[in-house]
Amino acid sequence: MATLQAGSRDGLLPDHTLSAISIRGAVKRYGAITAVDGLDLEVPYGVCLGLLGPNGAGKSTTMRMLTAQSRADEGEITVLGNVLPKESKKARALMGVVPQQDNLDEELTARQNLEVFAHLYRVPKGDRVAAVDRALAVAQLTDRADTKADDLSGGMRRRLLIARGLVHRPRLVLLDEPTVGLDPQVRQELWSLVAALRAEGVTTLMSTHYIEEAERLADECALMSRGRVVARGTPADLIAEHAGARVDEHHGPPDRLAEIAELARQAGVATRRTGPSVSVLAAERQPESLRDRLGPPSVQRAASLEDVFVVLTGESVE
Amino acid sequence: MTAPTAADPVTAEPGGVAGDIGWFEWAPVRGVWSRELALYRRHWASTSFAALVEPTIYLLAFGFGFGSLIGTAYGYDYRDFVATGVVATSVLFISAFGAMFGTFIRRTFQHTYDAVLAAPVDVHELVTAEASWLAAKAGVYGCAPMVVGIAFGLPLGPGMLLVPFVGFLTGLAFALFGIWVSAIMPSINSFDYIISGVLAPMFLVAGTFFPVDQLPPWAAGAARVNPLYHCVELVRDSVFGNLGWHDFAHVGVLLLFVALMWSLAVWKMSARLID
Repeated sequence: MATLQAGSRDGLLPDHTLSAISIRGAVKRYGAITAVDGLDLEVPYGVCLGLLGPNGAGKSTTMRMLTAQSRADEGEITVLGNVLPKESKKARALMGVVPQQDNLDEELTARQNLEVFAHLYRVPKGDRVAAVDRALAVAQLTDRADTKADDLSGGMRRRLLIARGLVHRPRLVLLDEPTVGLDPQVRQELWSLVAALRAEGVTTLMSTHYIEEAERLADECALMSRGRVVARGTPADLIAEHAGARVDEHHGPPDRLAEIAELARQAGVATRRTGPSVSVLAAERQPESLRDRLGPPSVQRAASLEDVFVVLTGESVE
Repeated sequence: MTAPTAADPVTAEPGGVAGDIGWFEWAPVRGVWSRELALYRRHWASTSFAALVEPTIYLLAFGFGFGSLIGTAYGYDYRDFVATGVVATSVLFISAFGAMFGTFIRRTFQHTYDAVLAAPVDVHELVTAEASWLAAKAGVYGCAPMVVGIAFGLPLGPGMLLVPFVGFLTGLAFALFGIWVSAIMPSINSFDYIISGVLAPMFLVAGTFFPVDQLPPWAAGAARVNPLYHCVELVRDSVFGNLGWHDFAHVGVLLLFVALMWSLAVWKMSARLID
C-alpha cells in the first residue's frame, strides 16, 4: 500500500523548536477591503491545524500568502524556515498545495496531470514513474489513470487534486477547503486521506468552514474572524473555554426568546440563536438565579465547536 | 475507501529538492512541455492538417492567381516568393493566436496558472515555458508552406535547414507578444482589436505577398520596424541562398523584440497572477 510521504527518515529533521509556518502581523489589503488584518499564526511541525472561519474571514488569502501568490502588505511570513516572499520558491518546493478551486487540466488524464506536477516539483527523472504511481494509489485512481480529468466524478477529481499536491512527498501540506461542495460520502473518503497524512506526521494547515471536519481531523484549531485569529486551541479546549460542557436550548415564541437572550446577557452568560431556540452556552456555569428565571430547558445537549464558532465569529456573516 | 497508512513506509528518497533553487530553472519548462506534448499527441492530426492545408490554399490562390499576372517578384518566381512569405504568416498565426487564446483561457477559465504558481515555479519561468513551446511549434509548422512550395516547384537548397530556427525565433517573439496581449486585454472579445488592428496590417506589410519597396515610403519605413518583415527577409535569404552580414541585423531586431516582449509579458502576467 502506498504511503503519502516518507516522513522524516531523510536525515533532514526539521528543527522542532521552530514552526513549520510562522505568520506575524500579516496585513493584506485589496483597495478598501482588508482581507487579512494583523494575522499571527504559528503552525508547529507535525501538527494538523484547522483554520476555521466563516466565508470572508481571510482563510483563502492566508493560504495564498503562504505560496507568495498573494504578497502581504505588512508582516513577516516564514515557511519551513524560508522567509517569504524572497525564498518562497524554495518553500513551495517543499510543500504541497491543494486549492479550493478545482484547477486540474481537464484535457489531460489523471496520470498526465500528476506527471506534469512531478516535473514542476522536481521529482528526479528516475523516481517520476514511481511517484506518479504512488500518487495514483493514494488517490485510489490506479484503475482510472488513463481517464481524462474531465470524465472523472467530483469525488475522484478532488482526490486527484489532493494527490497532485502530494506527488513530491511534501513535509507541509496546505489544504484549502478540501471538501467544500462535496457529498457526505465523498467527504468521508477525503477525511481518511487527511487522517492518513496526519498519522504520518505531515504538517498540515487545513482551512475549512465545516465544523465537523475541523473537529475530526485537526489537532488544533485556529478560529479566524475579520482577518485575524480570535481563538486557538484543541477542539476540546476551545469548547470547554468558550461554550462550557453543556448547552441548554430554550424554545418559545420570538418574544420569549428575545427575553431569554436579554436575561442571559444581563447575567453575563453567552447565548446564541439556534433556529427556533436560544442556546445558553456553558449552562453548567450559569448562576442559579438565571436558571430559575429561564425555567427548565427544552433540550439539553453537549457543547460543540459550532457553538464556539458562532459565539466568536458573530451571529451574522457579511 | 481504505486510507493509506504509515504502517507501510516507503523507502524511496524524501520529497523536496536537493540543494538550492535558482532564479531560472528548466523544470517548469519541462513540466509545461510535458503537458503540451500530451495534448499534442491527442491533437496532432488536426494541427497538422490545418498547418498544411492553409498554406496550400494561399499558394494556390495567390501563387497561381496573382502569379499568372505578376510572374516574378524581386527576381523570383512569384509562387516561390509567396511560399517563403507565407512561412512568416504561419509562424505569426501559430504563435500569436496560440498565446493569446491559450494563455487567456488557462489563466482565467481553467485557473491552470494558479496551480502552477503554487508549485516552485515563478511567472518568468511559466511565461518562458509557454512561449518556448509555441515557438517550437511555430518553428516546425512554419515550414509547412515551404514544404508545400517544394511540392509546387520551389528549388531545394541547404539554407532551408535554417528556416525552422528563424521560425522559432520569430515564434518566440510573437508568442510572448500574445501572452502580453492576453494579460492586458479584459476579455477574449477585445482580442479583435489586436487581430484586426495590429496583426492583420503586420502580416500584410511585411513583404509576404508583395515587396515592401513598392509601398509608399512611410509604409515601407513602417515595415522595417515590423518584426515579421525581418522574419520574411531571413526566410528568403535562407531559402534562396542569399545569406550575408545584413542578416545579423535581422536576427538582432528579432532578438530585441523577444527581449522587449518577454519583459512586457512577464510584467503584466505577474500583475495578473500575483496580488
